[in-house]
Amino acid sequence: MSRALTPSQTIGPFYFGTLANAYRHDLAMPGVAGERIEIALTLHDAAGAIVPDGLLEVWQANSHGRYNHPEDRRNLPLDAGFEGYGRASTDTQGCARFGTVKPGRVPWPAGGLQAAHVNISVFARGVLNRLATRLYFDGDPALAEDPVLKLVEPERRATLIAKRDAAGVWRLPLYLGGPNETVFFDC
Amino acid sequence: MKEETYRRPVAGQDHPANLSPAYKSTVSRSPSRPAIVLPHSLSEITGPLLREERLDSVENDLTRRRMGEPLGERIIVQGRVLDENGKPVPEALVEIWQCNAAGRYHHPGDQHDAPLDPNFYGGGRARADADGNYKFITIKPGAYPWGNHHNAWRPAHIHFSLFGPAFATRLITQMYFPQDPLLAFDPIYNSVPEAARARLQAAFDMEATQPQWALAYRFDIVLRGRNATPMENT
Repeated sequence: MSRALTPSQTIGPFYFGTLANAYRHDLAMPGVAGERIEIALTLHDAAGAIVPDGLLEVWQANSHGRYNHPEDRRNLPLDAGFEGYGRASTDTQGCARFGTVKPGRVPWPAGGLQAAHVNISVFARGVLNRLATRLYFDGDPALAEDPVLKLVEPERRATLIAKRDAAGVWRLPLYLGGPNETVFFDC
Repeated sequence: MKEETYRRPVAGQDHPANLSPAYKSTVSRSPSRPAIVLPHSLSEITGPLLREERLDSVENDLTRRRMGEPLGERIIVQGRVLDENGKPVPEALVEIWQCNAAGRYHHPGDQHDAPLDPNFYGGGRARADADGNYKFITIKPGAYPWGNHHNAWRPAHIHFSLFGPAFATRLITQMYFPQDPLLAFDPIYNSVPEAARARLQAAFDMEATQPQWALAYRFDIVLRGRNATPMENT
C-alpha cells in the first residue's frame, strides 16, 4: 500500500540543548586510517550575515572510499571507529568544525569515480527543507573529471570547493542565498 | 547501479517551498536557484544508520529524565516509521525535542515569559522496532508566542528528526495536535501544500491511552521509498 510522504518542517531555533547528542564533531577515533583533516563550514544567509543557529551534518566514505552502510557491498576495508557521520551546530561566528579523515573516492553509477567529497545537510530556522550540498577539496586533480561538478555551471562550482587555510584547515563558506549562493542538490 | 534508487518528491506536492514569505525567516534563508538534480550514487543511497548508538532504556520517556515528574498533561506518542511503499523502516532512529507544558524550551535563547520546569528537559530518542514501531512518553507541549507577526503563536508541536536508511531519506519535521485552533494561523504549518498539511497532525488514539495515567496520540511518519526494480518484481 502506498503512503504519502511526511512533509518537511524547519528545525527551528531551539533544537540545541534539547536534541540529545547534537554534537558529534570528531568523526574518526584515534588509529583510524587516512589523512587527518579539519573542516570548518561557515553558514551565511542571502545578505551574507552569519547564521549562528544552524545545524550542519556531514556524511562521508572512509579513506578507502567505503561507506559504512550495507548498500556499499564493495570489497574495501571498513574501519572500526569510523562511521562517517558528524553533526555540529554553528557557533556565534556561524562556524561548525569537524575533525575527520579525508574520504576516498567512490564510484559513479554510469562508471568511473567521483572526486573525494563530503556530503553535507544544512538545517536552520527559516530553512523549511533539508538543503543538501557537497564539499570537495581544492587542488584535487580529480575535480576536473568529477561527474557531479560537471552538472554544475562552471562559474558556480567554486561554491562546493573548500580551500585550505594557513593553519591547514579546509574552509568552505555556505551561502543560503545571494550572489554567492551555494549549489544545493536535489538528491 | 541504477540511477534512481529512491523516489523523488514531486515539487509542490509534499514539502514546503523553501521560500514561504509568510514565515519571515525564509526570506533571507532560502536558495533562489533550483536545486541541481543528482543521480543517485552511493553517496546518496548510503547514510548514517546509527545502529551502534546505544540508547538508554528511558531515553524515550521524557518524563523520567530528571529527578521528579514534569508538570503537564502526560501523553504517549507512538506510531510507525514507514516508506512510501508502506514498508516499515526497521530500527530507524527517531529523535524528538519540544518545549515544556508552559511553552518554554530548555534553551538559553528562549526568552518567552513562561516558567522553565526543572523536571523537564525536552529531548528524547527512540529506536523503532523491526516493524517500524516507535513510542515516546512525554507531556503535551504548550503553545508559545514568537516574533513572526503581530500576536503570532506557534501551535503545540513536537519536533521529529529521522535518519531512515539513506542520506536521501533524512527528514526533520514537526508533529502537531489535532484540531488545534492555532494551526490555521501558523505560517510554518501552512508552508506545506494544503493537501499534505493534515499529515503533520497526530491522531488522538483512545485505544492507546492508559487509564488513570496518560492520553495517547498516533503519528506515523512516511519517508521516501525505493523505486521498484525489475529484480524485485521477478
